[in-house]
Formats: sequence, structure tokens, C-alpha cells
Amino acid sequence: MLHTSTTPVKTKIAVKDLNFYYGKFHALKGINLEIPENKVTAFIGPSGCGKSTLLRIFNRMFELYPEQRAEGEILLDGENLLTSKEDVALLRAKVGMVFQKPTPFPMSIFDNIAFGVKLFESLNATDMEERVEWALRKSALWTEVKDKLHQSGSSLSGGQQQRLCIARGIAIKPEVLLLDEPCSALDPISTAKVEELIVELKSDYTVVIVTHNMQQAARCSDFTAYMYLGDLVEFGATEQMFFKPTRKETEDYITGRFG
Amino acid sequence: MSAPADKQSRAAKFARRKVVNNIATTMALAAMAFGLFWLFWILWETLLLGIGGLSVATFTQMTPPPNDEGGLANAIFGSLLMVVLATCLGTPIGVMAGIYLAEFDTKSWLASLTRFVNDILLSAPSIVIGLFVYAVVVSRFKSFSGYAGILALSLLVIPVVIRTTENMLQLVPAGLREAAYALGAPKWKVILSITLKAARTGVITGVLLAVARIAGETAPLLFTALSNQFWTSSLSEPMASLPVTIFKFAMSPYENWQKLAWAGVFIITAAVLGLNILARVLTRTKI
Repeated sequence: MLHTSTTPVKTKIAVKDLNFYYGKFHALKGINLEIPENKVTAFIGPSGCGKSTLLRIFNRMFELYPEQRAEGEILLDGENLLTSKEDVALLRAKVGMVFQKPTPFPMSIFDNIAFGVKLFESLNATDMEERVEWALRKSALWTEVKDKLHQSGSSLSGGQQQRLCIARGIAIKPEVLLLDEPCSALDPISTAKVEELIVELKSDYTVVIVTHNMQQAARCSDFTAYMYLGDLVEFGATEQMFFKPTRKETEDYITGRFG
Repeated sequence: MSAPADKQSRAAKFARRKVVNNIATTMALAAMAFGLFWLFWILWETLLLGIGGLSVATFTQMTPPPNDEGGLANAIFGSLLMVVLATCLGTPIGVMAGIYLAEFDTKSWLASLTRFVNDILLSAPSIVIGLFVYAVVVSRFKSFSGYAGILALSLLVIPVVIRTTENMLQLVPAGLREAAYALGAPKWKVILSITLKAARTGVITGVLLAVARIAGETAPLLFTALSNQFWTSSLSEPMASLPVTIFKFAMSPYENWQKLAWAGVFIITAAVLGLNILARVLTRTKI
């Protein structure tokens, strides 16, 4: 598209007047937000503020649960994904997700990654091997697992499992990667590796990360959204959010004076 | 703070807790010993009396008339055939119903009804199942048959497999399912490649336990497959089976029949024990 070259940051996902309900509970209240392409955007805020809820709308994960419902618009490259006729599987191929707890599938390391790829592409054996290696290299796991690709995914350590899940997510070449507290179950070394990875990933993907860790948001995100009780309190460039927040609530939360 | 007093009451509490703990441990051990005592006695008796009746002829010759030489070949074959076919018939139905209950429809009235009916079926005395198949199949076709026996046995397999499949699938963490959906996998793929795979050792264990259960069932076969003195591989004829043969032989006054009955008991016990051990081994091995 031509107009993208003129604007410095293109919007990948635009959230417009989004309301979300868990049954009768109004969990997200009129959210408006623009998530820029090829940047890392962090959602911060206290537990229960709706960060993960918002993230799970981007790939329509919430539809697995019939009592959950979203109203409003979420434009992915200009098209409302909530009302799109496109199959939800194709949306999820474009918008990948990594969860808080590592969830290796009950199969070998190799098959963990090939599983998703096989859903959308029919690659021959060599191409598949290349893809698996590429994904594992990209997620900084290759050197640790290259000699045991046919061992069970659950034989890996927690940090390795989480990087395996990231590899699995990027192997299908999504455009957006949603990370829901990806480091909360990891030790500091694994966390550092995943964070490095996040920064690296943004050259190819639009990354949205939910985190409870302020330093993590400050370290690896370009934009930060602060949410509280279902409201988007403030959204802006991470530097500005951390050094010159416009709202008092944001400042209080970031500096730890919250509550 | 009144530290010394606190310390004393703490020590007293701790002493009491130790006593309670010892009592509980002793009682648990006694209960275990009680159970194991009978189990080992049964196994010992079976071994002692069973091995005595066991010979090559047991596996090669037909069930004999009273006071004659013979074996259990037709009964072993009949049991094996009916148990295997009943398992092949009951397992897919049970697994699919279990998948339905755990993955497709957990809360609706249909699922609750299915669960309720399944629980009744699970605890129904096997003789009821035998009489049911007798009324529906045997009396209609005017003949006892292997088919009727297989049907009765598979009706015993289905509820066990439904229950274990559903329970095992429910144990699969929701996160694993979500992770598979997040990759864009369709539901059938998520179930077949992820959840069922994660639950498969449990499901296999359930099937093996169902096999162990039907291998020793007498009542449902008494009214359906009945028995047969001769070798037959035709399922439309009455068919011999180990439990029914044991029932008949053990109640008889003939010594050679009684010996064969014990040999049959030993074979069933050994087979069921073997299956249980296999189930254990399968649950332990990962991926």
C-alpha cells in the first residue's frame, strides 16, 4: 500500500469502541487503541484489568467459550476481524499466540513445530526440516535441541518449553504475535533470552505482550498501554509512559505507589 | 510475647499430632494388609490348584465328557474371540461418546442424560445385561450364539470406556487445547492430535480394564453364547468360553472337570493380571 510509506508508523491493529463481556460482567469498557506494525506493544496494569482479555480478542480465542462476547470493531489491516467472514483458523494463522504457561504438545520437539505448519502448508520433508530449524534458530533454541529433535517436547526445561512454544508460533509465519505473560513462569536467564527474542522478532512481526513486569515492558516494548479495571487509562510511546506519563494513575502504577 | 508458654503448648500440640499420625498410618497399613491377605490367598490357591490341572493338553484338546481326558482349547478360543471382538465393537463407541461428553457438549441436558444413563449402565449387574441380550437377540433368533455373547460383553465395555475417556480428556489442561486452537487447528484436529493424544495412556488403561472385566464375566455369557462342547469358530452357533466352562465344571462332581475348572481359573487370572500390569506399564511410559 502506498500511503504506508508516507506515515512513519503504520497501524496493524486498530481497536475501536470495544466492549467485552464475560456473561454479564463488563470486562472491557470502550477501548480505543492503535497497535503499530513491526513494533512491540506492551499491555500493563494490575491483575484483572483486562489485559489478557483484550489480547485474547485479537485472535478470537474468546469464542471458544460461549458465554463471552465482544462488541465493537477490531481492524486488522483495515478489516474488522470480529465480523469477518474469513475462517477463524486463517485469522489465527495470521495472529499467533503464546501463553503464560508453556504448553508443549504431547509429541516430539520436531512435531511440536511441524504440527502447526502442516495445518496450512504441505511441505516436503526437506522443506519441513528447514522450517523447523529456522523457527528453532529464530527462537534461540536450536543449539540446545538440535541433537534431540525427536525427544518429547515435555522433556525440556520450562524456559526451553516456552521458547519451543514461541518457535511453534512463528513457524507458521504469522503477522502478529500475541504474548500473554510469556516469562511469568521462567527464571531470569530464560526471561532474558525470551526478551532478546522479542526485540529481535519485531523486525518481522507485530508483537503485543501482556506483562506484570514493569522492567520488562520498559526493556522490550516501543509502546505501552496502561489498563485499569477494564479501561484503557493511557497509551503512548514506552519512554514517554515511563518518564513523563500524562496521567497520575499511570505514574502511580509505574512507580509502585499503586493502591 | 509469652514465648515459653507458647513453646510448651506447641510441643504438646506437636506430640498429639504425632500420635494421631501414628494411629492413622497404622490403620491405613492394617487396611492394606487385610486387602493384600485375601488377594494373595486367592492368587496362591489359584496357582496351587491351577498349575496342577495345567498341561499341554489344556491348550490343545477340547472340553471332555465327564471322567475323560481333555483340555480347554475351545473355551480358551471362544473367550479370546468374544472378548477381542466385543472390545473392538465397544471401544470406538465408548471413546467417541467420551469425546462427545468431554469436548463437544459438556453441559447440555443431552450430555447430563447421557452421563446419567451411562452411570446406570456402568453399575448395572452383568446378569441384567445378559438377560436383556437374551430377550432381544437369543429368543428372537431362537438360538444361543457367539454374536449374542459379543453384544452382551460389548455392552459391558462401552460404559467403562465412556467414563474413563471422558475423565481422562477432562484432565487435559485447558491451556493445551487453547494452544492448539491458537495455531489455527480445527476442532477435530485438536481432539485427535492433541487432547486424545495427551490422554491416550489413560484411555488405553480404561480399555484394558474393561477387557479385564469382561474376560471373567460369566452371567452375560450364560444367557447368550451359552457353551459348546466342540470347537467352533462360527459366531452364529453357541460358543464355549472360559468363565461358563469354569462355572459348569467347578459345580460338577467329576474330578477331571474340577481340575480343568481350576486350570481355567488360573488362565483367566494370569491373563487379567498380565493386562493390569500392561496397563500400569503403559501409564508410566511417557510419549
